[in-house]
Amino acid sequence: MVPGTQRGKRIDELAESGSDGSAGISLAASAWRRLRRSPTFLLGAGIIAAFVLLALVSPLLAQHDPALRLLEDQVSRADNSIPEPQGDFPLGGDQYGRPLLSRLLLGSQQTLLVALTATVLGLGGGLTLGILAGAFGGWVDTVVMRVVDVLLSVPSLLLAVSIGALFQQQSRFTVIIAVATVQIPIFGRLLRGTMLAQRASDHVLAARALGVKQRSVVFRHMLPNALGPVVVQATLMLAVAIIDAAALSFLGLGAADTSTPEWGQMLGSAQNFFDTHPHLAFWPAGCIIVVALGFTLVGESLRDALDPKKRR
Amino acid sequence: MLRYTVRRLGQLVIVAVVLSILLFGWLRALPGGPVSALLGERATEESRAQLVEQLGLNQPLHVQYWKFVQRAVTGDFGVSTGVQPGTPAMEVFLQRMPATLELSVLALLLAVVVGVPLGYFAGRRQGGWLDNLSITWSLIGVAVPVFFLAFLLKYVFAIELGALPASGRQEVSIDATHATGFYVLDGMLTGEWDAAWNAFLHLLLPAAALSTIPFAVIFRITRASVLDVLEEDFVRTARSKGLGARVIRGRHVLRNAMLPVVTTIGLQTGALLSGAVLTEQVFNITGIGQALSLGFQRQDYAVLQVVILATAMVYVLVNLVVDLTYAAIDPRLRER
Repeated sequence: MVPGTQRGKRIDELAESGSDGSAGISLAASAWRRLRRSPTFLLGAGIIAAFVLLALVSPLLAQHDPALRLLEDQVSRADNSIPEPQGDFPLGGDQYGRPLLSRLLLGSQQTLLVALTATVLGLGGGLTLGILAGAFGGWVDTVVMRVVDVLLSVPSLLLAVSIGALFQQQSRFTVIIAVATVQIPIFGRLLRGTMLAQRASDHVLAARALGVKQRSVVFRHMLPNALGPVVVQATLMLAVAIIDAAALSFLGLGAADTSTPEWGQMLGSAQNFFDTHPHLAFWPAGCIIVVALGFTLVGESLRDALDPKKRR
Repeated sequence: MLRYTVRRLGQLVIVAVVLSILLFGWLRALPGGPVSALLGERATEESRAQLVEQLGLNQPLHVQYWKFVQRAVTGDFGVSTGVQPGTPAMEVFLQRMPATLELSVLALLLAVVVGVPLGYFAGRRQGGWLDNLSITWSLIGVAVPVFFLAFLLKYVFAIELGALPASGRQEVSIDATHATGFYVLDGMLTGEWDAAWNAFLHLLLPAAALSTIPFAVIFRITRASVLDVLEEDFVRTARSKGLGARVIRGRHVLRNAMLPVVTTIGLQTGALLSGAVLTEQVFNITGIGQALSLGFQRQDYAVLQVVILATAMVYVLVNLVVDLTYAAIDPRLRER
């Protein structure tokens, strides 16, 4: 096994976990039965629901335009002061005198957008690679997997930074691309594993024997059955994407335009004020931690629920 | 064993080749092309022409790639333009490597020392209070951005309490001899114990921040592995033949449960390097991670390419060593 594949071992284990459908009740049904009673899942799902709801209704909740420097007159470079909490501004202002609470509320939208788009793109890329490798096997498989292994052996943040470096101007779009690129090899490896397991399974063999077309075998017989582990990984990746986006911002790779708020960017740009005004970092960091925890909890409980070893 | 070793080394070469092709392509895809990327924007026409000649940019692509490989093998990646202007990129990397290595090793040590026993005891009493508490801790640890945790630790322990140093690798006032570049080791080798102790204190906070994610992973793998092994037939056999609980735990459970854990420790190299980029920035440690973030901000692609290539190779090598050690211990693993 190639060293890069080492990290893939865990991915492979996950890939195999969804491929058991022996007992009388379907895996999905038994998984759901256990999830409904799992406090971990319920807590995580509650957090995610609240987060998505917040993103949807935040324009109604936010009282001020997040881009306007409404409290600019209270910002002073000389004594390093920023606006205190006051009447209409419960959390005060940020380092540019913009309303912190409104930025925090509306920040949920961009954070959700970054996490979702990056994960969807990563999943799409991984899906393409995984289907290519897993469905055709042979030299296509070898070439694709060697590249995937090498990408997995570059530390993830380094990979993200190298992708970010390819763009002339940093924007939210480049952050999304960088974060998505890190996810592609992970999803690719996972899908290949599940597809290979499917290829050897009896129902796919039966479909082939009946003369079902190759494309139809891949998309209608193999892919739907390979999705369980992918859903688990995607949920976990949503948390990773939010944290990675924050890390990129921290390294100066975030979007250059700060008028539309995003939690990772708010946290990254608060670094210079940490000693004097730590609350600028605490608020976005708290939001990120809670939301990332929500996605992680749901992902982990899904993983447990889909594990055939733990079926009862 | 020999055949296995040769095969694994062969695969290592393949990884190196694929990586060099990707890196070669990356350098050519950078905004402004490789010449501006490597020389910076203020370079003279003369040095530009010289670099074009050196990289073979006026020749076909495969010649360019071959020249790239030739230079890479001899460690020539060009001269740093932003991180330490004028110094060869390879030298920048070598100078900074000890700091990162020191930090990563201590972080990994913390993660193992805390994670393995905790995972073992949590697994033995599944569902107990220790189990629940450590699972919660590991889940939260993964959700907290590393650099935020680093700031938090620095704020509480260095700024508010003043218990530990807030930045750097060693007190500037200490006149220590630096033979190897590993400050703690240097102090121990030369007998300057106060210097070694000071360097160690500087490492504590960043290492604690850096260890959270490896800790979470190591803890969970240990726990899962202990749970698996406890259900194995050989444990039941050992029990039924009347072996004492302590012997079963020590010789049968712990020893077998450690196998996947050691592999996982090797896999943490990548996470450590990613985390080091962030922690070094927070604590102002002049290591590879800081070179990377500086290299990006100042567009020093000569340094960036060394860092990318070297860290990936370190990751691959560490895991190769782990696998070979394993195959030496456990013959079953040589077959695949």
